[in-house]
Amino acid sequence: MASVAMTLDANCIKRDFPALERIVNGHLITYLDSAASSQKPWAVLRAMDNYYETTHANVHRGVYTTAVEATERYEGARVIFARFVNANSKREVIFTKNVTESLNLVAQSWGNANVGPGDAILYTEMEHHANLVPWQMLAARTGAVLRYVPVTDDGHLDLSNLDTLLDGAKVFTFTAASNVLGTINPVRQLADAAHRAGAIAVCDAAQLAPHMTMDLQAMGVDFAGITGHKMCGPTGVGVLWGRESLLDAIPPFLGGGDMITDVHIDGFTPNELPWKFEAGTPPIAEVIGLGAACDYLSGLVLDDVRAHEIDLTGYAMDVLEARFGDRLKIHGPRDPNARMGVLSLALEGVHPHDISQVLDQQGVCVRAGHHCAKPLMRRLGVGATARASFYVYNERHDVDTLAEALSSASDFFK
Amino acid sequence: MPGLEDLYREIILDHYKNPRNRGTLEVPPAHRSDGVNPLCGDEIAVYVQVEGDTVTDVKIGGQGCSISQSSASMMSAAVKGKSIKDARLVIKAFKAMMSIHEPGHDPDAPPPDIKLGDLEALKGVVKFPVRIKCATLAWNTFAQGLDQFVK
Repeated sequence: MASVAMTLDANCIKRDFPALERIVNGHLITYLDSAASSQKPWAVLRAMDNYYETTHANVHRGVYTTAVEATERYEGARVIFARFVNANSKREVIFTKNVTESLNLVAQSWGNANVGPGDAILYTEMEHHANLVPWQMLAARTGAVLRYVPVTDDGHLDLSNLDTLLDGAKVFTFTAASNVLGTINPVRQLADAAHRAGAIAVCDAAQLAPHMTMDLQAMGVDFAGITGHKMCGPTGVGVLWGRESLLDAIPPFLGGGDMITDVHIDGFTPNELPWKFEAGTPPIAEVIGLGAACDYLSGLVLDDVRAHEIDLTGYAMDVLEARFGDRLKIHGPRDPNARMGVLSLALEGVHPHDISQVLDQQGVCVRAGHHCAKPLMRRLGVGATARASFYVYNERHDVDTLAEALSSASDFFK
Repeated sequence: MPGLEDLYREIILDHYKNPRNRGTLEVPPAHRSDGVNPLCGDEIAVYVQVEGDTVTDVKIGGQGCSISQSSASMMSAAVKGKSIKDARLVIKAFKAMMSIHEPGHDPDAPPPDIKLGDLEALKGVVKFPVRIKCATLAWNTFAQGLDQFVK
């Protein structure tokens, strides 16, 4: 198992998250579904409350004091986020609703302007639907062809044929880390391969960003989608990061207020970056909450967050394998260093939906289903998995609770 | 485990572990309809054979959780040999038990006078609203199949 020193005190961190005090079905909640959405610390909740209680006004409009303050807090969060992911400038940070919207923005604004009949779009077999469907829609609009990088039996991307797949591709879009397998992909290698083939590289960083230091410069991609609610922030806010030259060159996404510098009765001039892609009143409180989430995670030190998760993931794999042996299968790579704290489980004789139901009776929250990755489910030959995922507030005790609850599920359906 | 017995009654687990009428029928003369629960990925194939006015055979394929599989199994046993009209009444009664009513339903009207037998075991599903879709997947798929024979 992993022998990384635990520098995070998860038990102490837990107290920062009020929702983890909840009693569910007579048990203190054991929240193991952070890959779907993380819980929120007081710091984030208070930042949003404080904004609404003291400052709220629309941004980029008023000249009165609170309107100016609201704009400063909103734009301040953009600067915090830009620093958090090592963006070149805040002009590259566009606030969206979530990763899904970020990827749709790229597929529409960049895709419509750059992809034509016969061009190839390359994605992977382990993508979330959010990184499949927008591209399938683009292919349907333009007559482009879709290709995918297959997944190996041990849950990695099969890169043996990558250069052939990239031949004629305009875009290669891939997840930084699988939400089902936990697999961490070699982002830099994939981005470099795309660029050698003359394609742009788009990265779905929804699963990666909350868990380790993210350096967009080092990753080498051209666009990246990040969501707030998986990284201690609120729902309703995500980010599209893009290279300034590319963002400058493509048309706006949604039209409306804020994304214009001028409008005439018969046309408009788009605003400069990043507001060119932010039509309408944005989720101001949520953006401020996201900024607070970045500060919170930076305070924990993301390298320590990652070390903690490697330790916890290794511990969980050891404990579950020792207890269930061949009756339990954990999809994805065996090496905890090669994966995120995401364990997709198959337990002999118990359907994932039933696992989740039985675990809920003990206050244990795990996701059951296809995890919005149906092509990957088909590749794995399963309809669904039960998925336990860990975050900063989970500790070994939570893994023990999970193991106990899985035992009772197994006994119940024996 | 408190609460779970309401959902996972003994007879449900029996149908889950020993599903009745698993398999396929030759298409045609039988009809195959497919159902999917997009929330959880459960997939079901219901084969229906109708001769004259009678549902002479039903077979179930696909995969899913204990609730969707046992509901499909019990359904197949309940509707086999029934007239199309009676099979539809069983569907209606089962869905009413799941708190799903047809448009224009009078909430004060007495429930349909249909004996659901073993199917009553699934009554507890109503207390777990997320699972109602599991329980009704086979029924909706079967109803689509029946529609093919009465065009």
